Amino acid sequence: MTAFAKLFATTAFRLTVIYLIVFALFAAFLLAYFALNTRRLVTEQMTQTVDAEIYGLAEQYNVGGIRRLVLIVELRSQRPGSSLYLVTTRAGESLAGNVGSLPPGVLDNPGLTETEYRRLEEADGAAHHALVRVLELPSGFRLLVGRDLEERERLYRVVLSAGRWSAAIVVVLGLAGGFFLSRRMLRRVDAMTETTRKIMDGDLSGRLPVGGSGDELDRLAVNLNAMLERIEALMHGLKEVSDNIAHDLKTPLTRLRNRCEEALRTARGETDYRAAMEATIEESDNLIRTFNALLMIARAESGQARDNMAEFDAAEIARDVGELYEPLAEERGLALRVEAEGPIPVHGSRELISQALANLVDNAIKYSTGTERAEGGEMAVVIHASTEGEQVLLTVADRGPGIPEELRGRAVERFTRLEQSRSLPGSGLGLSLAAAVARLHGGELRLQDNDPGLKAVIAVPRGGPQGAG
Amino acid sequence: MRLLIIEDDRDAADYIVRAFREVGHVADHAVDGEEGLALARDGDYDVLIVDRMLPKRDGLSVIGTLREKGVQTPVLILSALGQVDDRVKGLRAGGDDYLPKPYSFSELLARVEALGRRGGGRGDEMVYRVGDLELDRLSHRVVRGKEEIILQPREFRLLEYLMKHAGQVVTRTMLLENVWDYHFDPQTNVIDVHISRLRSKIDKGFAQPLLHTVRGAGYMIRDGVR
Repeated sequence: MTAFAKLFATTAFRLTVIYLIVFALFAAFLLAYFALNTRRLVTEQMTQTVDAEIYGLAEQYNVGGIRRLVLIVELRSQRPGSSLYLVTTRAGESLAGNVGSLPPGVLDNPGLTETEYRRLEEADGAAHHALVRVLELPSGFRLLVGRDLEERERLYRVVLSAGRWSAAIVVVLGLAGGFFLSRRMLRRVDAMTETTRKIMDGDLSGRLPVGGSGDELDRLAVNLNAMLERIEALMHGLKEVSDNIAHDLKTPLTRLRNRCEEALRTARGETDYRAAMEATIEESDNLIRTFNALLMIARAESGQARDNMAEFDAAEIARDVGELYEPLAEERGLALRVEAEGPIPVHGSRELISQALANLVDNAIKYSTGTERAEGGEMAVVIHASTEGEQVLLTVADRGPGIPEELRGRAVERFTRLEQSRSLPGSGLGLSLAAAVARLHGGELRLQDNDPGLKAVIAVPRGGPQGAG
Repeated sequence: MRLLIIEDDRDAADYIVRAFREVGHVADHAVDGEEGLALARDGDYDVLIVDRMLPKRDGLSVIGTLREKGVQTPVLILSALGQVDDRVKGLRAGGDDYLPKPYSFSELLARVEALGRRGGGRGDEMVYRVGDLELDRLSHRVVRGKEEIILQPREFRLLEYLMKHAGQVVTRTMLLENVWDYHFDPQTNVIDVHISRLRSKIDKGFAQPLLHTVRGAGYMIRDGVR
């Protein structure tokens, strides 16, 4: 019973039943219409023949009197068929015809009526149904001509029974079809449910079965699979992120703890303690910096920072960041040049793009410092702002050691720090952050060879994340 | 200065209160939004320090209500939320400054002193003077003694901000926020290099240095004689 109840609860089955009811009603209406019209048509035809005959006979009476009429009626009554005739006197006495008896009063009402009658030649005297016309002849005689309605009734019954049969067939076939369809549907949905449960239990690699017919259910399955794909990727990303966060935070926390322990164990006086405390504060500041950078990246990655976007000038950003870092570059013996012509309007977060660019410039200066100058080469960091089609490019090029090609892909991944970055001060998350900011704006961070050195390009669509399509 | 600290973390609040008293300020403490609101409305404070997330009534609502009632006491918001949009929200609600946690006390102190109306910070004077250094905000001229000093536009704004808060400690982040309008961490200490450039222009060749580095805190411009 539960299986049947479940079947009945399926959309396919319910739809089948509803369609069936509607279809059956329609068929019944059609058949009834057909039957009634046929009946009307037959009746009309009968009426016409009866009328023609009765007026013919009346003509005969006019010509030859009652004798001739009786003679003709006698003659016609002998013929087999459904025609009925009766000639009576004014008192109702039968003179000729094949009608045995009639309900009383039929002969008194001239005109067309449907009535019961009994046939003369039939011994059992069963009542039949007939359509008759009664005519009062000028001298008081009554003439009745009619047709037995048996034929019409038979036709009517045939149509009715055809209707009943077809209704039965429609219902049986419809139910069977609905049953079959919903069973098929149900099996597929059951398979999907099964997979979904498995996925919910933690097996994210599971995918919904796709039938291959390209119907709605298949399209749904394909879309859900795409969603699962994305969720799996996100979960994978999340795991990687938490691993990275654990590493990035636990390492400095351990250093912090070690330093305190060491101070407790070995410090010999106030100066020692003071030095240890200062080192601890510095270490915790670095920790906070890393933590802030991680939060920033997470926020940018999740797309939350899209609220405060507005139009700003990318060229101005380039000049401002250049101005901020120029003294530092000079102090390190580097030249810092800004190549940014005219206003380059772009939609986004001025603050975040500035921060991303500042991080790239900071990296460029950091890694260029102390690098051997190439033959005849100039140790310069160049900030360049330009447009390329619908994209705005902010480029930072340096002459530092660069990043080997095989590591560039990893360098822009979420939360990644290349080993070499861990030895230098700062969060070491500059590239990750710049990449996250670029992605937030619907763009990307490209790392290219500056031959020698690194060229980092923040490429974002001019119209902001919506403009990326 | 009289300060009110509205902060639900007792340890943190006790520490701040003690530290403010050590440097000579008067500090009261409220543990939740309602108490804080009542105290702030009735008391005569120079600066309010409000934690953003408070029991009973959150920090932004406290500030909003105070502003509605016409209380114009400067407010510094403390918050664990340090992102740009949180900051903007805080300042829009009526805060005057926003300091993300964790912070150093020296940073908090410098910002509170910069906010305090009586404690310092010049208003709309057209000419700032510290010792023999003179900065004209209208003509953008800077003169030390009889010598005119030529500054880049950014250097001028840097000096202007320092002189506006003459005698007060100004931290690196305060400079980054107020002179450059950046609210992020530039990794390397770029501000130090800007300061040393400025210092070479205004102090070099003069017997009395005016621009001082305050260790572990920031910078201060001050007439050494005072």
